[in-house]
Amino acid sequence: MAKVKSLADLKKMKEQLQSKVDLREKGEDPESRVQVKVAMATCGIASGAKTVMDYFLEELDKRSIDAVVTQTGCMGYCYAEPTIEVKLPGQEPVVIGYVDVKKADEIIEKYIKNGELVDGIIPMNYNTIDNQ
Amino acid sequence: MHMLVCGGTGCRASASDAIVETLKSELAAKGMENEVQVIMTGCFGFCEKGPIVKVLPDNTFYTQVTPADSAEIVAEHIVKGRKVNRLLYTDPENKQHISDSKHMGFYKKQLRIALRNCGVINPENIDEYIARDGYQAIGKVFEMGAQAAIEQMKKSGLRGRGGGGFPTGLKWEIASKNHADQKYVVCNADEGDPGAFMDRSILEGDPHSVIEAMTINGFCIGATKGLVYIRAEYPLAIKRLQIAIDQAREYGLLGKDILGSGFDFDMELRYGAGAFVCGEETALIHSMEGERGEPTVKPPFPAESGYLGKPTNVNNVETFANIPVIILKGAEWFSAIGSEKSKGTKVFALAGKINNVGLIEVPMGTTLREVIYEIGGGIKNGKKFKAVQTGGPSGGCLTEKHLDTPIDYDNLLAAGSMMGSGGMIVMDEDDCMVSVAKFYLDFTVEESCGKCSPCRIGNKRLFELLERITKGEGTMEDLDRLRNLSEVIKDSSLCGLGQTSPNPVLSTLDNFYDEYIAHVTERKCPAGQCKSLMQYVVDQEACVGCTACARNCPVNAIAGDRKKPHVIDTSICIKCGACIEKCKFNAISIQ
Repeated sequence: MAKVKSLADLKKMKEQLQSKVDLREKGEDPESRVQVKVAMATCGIASGAKTVMDYFLEELDKRSIDAVVTQTGCMGYCYAEPTIEVKLPGQEPVVIGYVDVKKADEIIEKYIKNGELVDGIIPMNYNTIDNQ
Repeated sequence: MHMLVCGGTGCRASASDAIVETLKSELAAKGMENEVQVIMTGCFGFCEKGPIVKVLPDNTFYTQVTPADSAEIVAEHIVKGRKVNRLLYTDPENKQHISDSKHMGFYKKQLRIALRNCGVINPENIDEYIARDGYQAIGKVFEMGAQAAIEQMKKSGLRGRGGGGFPTGLKWEIASKNHADQKYVVCNADEGDPGAFMDRSILEGDPHSVIEAMTINGFCIGATKGLVYIRAEYPLAIKRLQIAIDQAREYGLLGKDILGSGFDFDMELRYGAGAFVCGEETALIHSMEGERGEPTVKPPFPAESGYLGKPTNVNNVETFANIPVIILKGAEWFSAIGSEKSKGTKVFALAGKINNVGLIEVPMGTTLREVIYEIGGGIKNGKKFKAVQTGGPSGGCLTEKHLDTPIDYDNLLAAGSMMGSGGMIVMDEDDCMVSVAKFYLDFTVEESCGKCSPCRIGNKRLFELLERITKGEGTMEDLDRLRNLSEVIKDSSLCGLGQTSPNPVLSTLDNFYDEYIAHVTERKCPAGQCKSLMQYVVDQEACVGCTACARNCPVNAIAGDRKKPHVIDTSICIKCGACIEKCKFNAISIQ
């Protein structure tokens, strides 16, 4: 990996990475790219997030859904672990709590395939620095 | 279209289940059940105005909805496209109806600065951090120079988030002025308060922000080496931090000549064995040097003589996590958030008898009531709030009268507790405050390093006094002795551990003196927690003599003939509760 040599380099890199993320978000092919983030801090893993993440990786592949499954840190909803965030192309991300394998199956079949929301959505209840 | 109905505990208690049913049947009656989906969600965090119904995609936010309102919402909003104004949220300030939740002041209650990337980025991928402006603050600091950066830190008003609340900029300035051939930056990740997990979550969710901030710190004070003192009980945090360090090295963001500035900085991890006292900075430094983790007298402060006798700056994880944003957005932006003397936000780990256990971040100056009832969703099982413990073993218990106190360093101290690192344990009416004080003392006795006698012996004696009281053997003189001994320990202990360890005792004595009195004079525990003070009694009228209790008693303390009332021999009874569980006639009670 090439080293980042200056702040200008870093900024250029940021633009590139962001446009990559943007592309991923907006989607060259908006019908096909789904993003699933699994909260994988200690609390999430202890409640079974690893199993859920593996399930998503396997099942999305099996069901031929073009999706990116990544891990992330604690979303703060420790009472509702495991929690995941699903972002369908061109839509606001949705956070869902208490996700086990059964729930994950429901999410894939109902929300990811058909855009039907499922029970257990956790509404975002904080402000971010980007809105400040 | 979607209709989201809050299924949080609070809203369920006010019939949100029934709202879902009536909405569904109203929709079915209009033949729209296939077009509009009714979904039950998790807590909206606005329990005060629940039950909440939100309509998507137009984001209309209805508050205090009853099942009877369902027909109107469906007929007006869904069929005719007109909002039901009387159910919209009314802004308390300008009395205007607000339909879109994004404009509601309520949602400004939480603001994520230190947690900005937690749960957003993949912590094991440096690119995602860079895509969110990561490592740019270092570049900016190289451009503005060390002096200007320290000035920014001072102006921002950031205070140490580990609990002490010392101004970070000032700390950096002192360390920068001491000259030496080698200086060190240390990150204190020895999070030890019971129930606290803020630092762990930051390291697990956003390790790069800590690396970036330590590099900035190094440049500002002239240190080229960073050390993270992290407890070995945090294996995932250690793993992610190590991955992050390796990735930063690979990108040249750690190592020689960072971003072409000529500045070198690198860091490594040091593992702690989990001793509570090692969160104290001098003890932490000794532990890193391979010595016993015991504190030493300050001065000399670590800024003069720290790790290996060299000037060392020690900051906590959460403090570091705030720094890159302060540099990028400026001191003015940061100091506009928070209260007069405490700027910015604070992360709290909400735990105990509260509905929404979790990690929250609120601007300083938010009240305890907002945190517990609005963000935390109130007390579990509809019980009554009794106290909230902040500051861990060094803190105290705050009660109902403190609920409207704005949370900041100075207000919490004035109320007899402290900010601490940010653990917040909520207690309800079933918790015995004498036992709570005993629990924290038990922790302190275990964790005292034993170097100075007030802490080593004094805390042990305090614990014994509390134990006597919870056994019903205490006297009124013991209560005075508790207070006197507490004052002595506070005044004469060597380090912060001993100087603050009697706080849980003092604050419960202040706020719950009547509970202590009840233990001592009436030999009773009002909350029914102290086993020694309870007696199991069979109600002679309700007992039918079925013998179920006698057959299940593990110590044969219950006697009585068939079909005749039974009696418990309290001298044998171990108060295990097995008889109460088995009695079908509610004839056994605790007195």
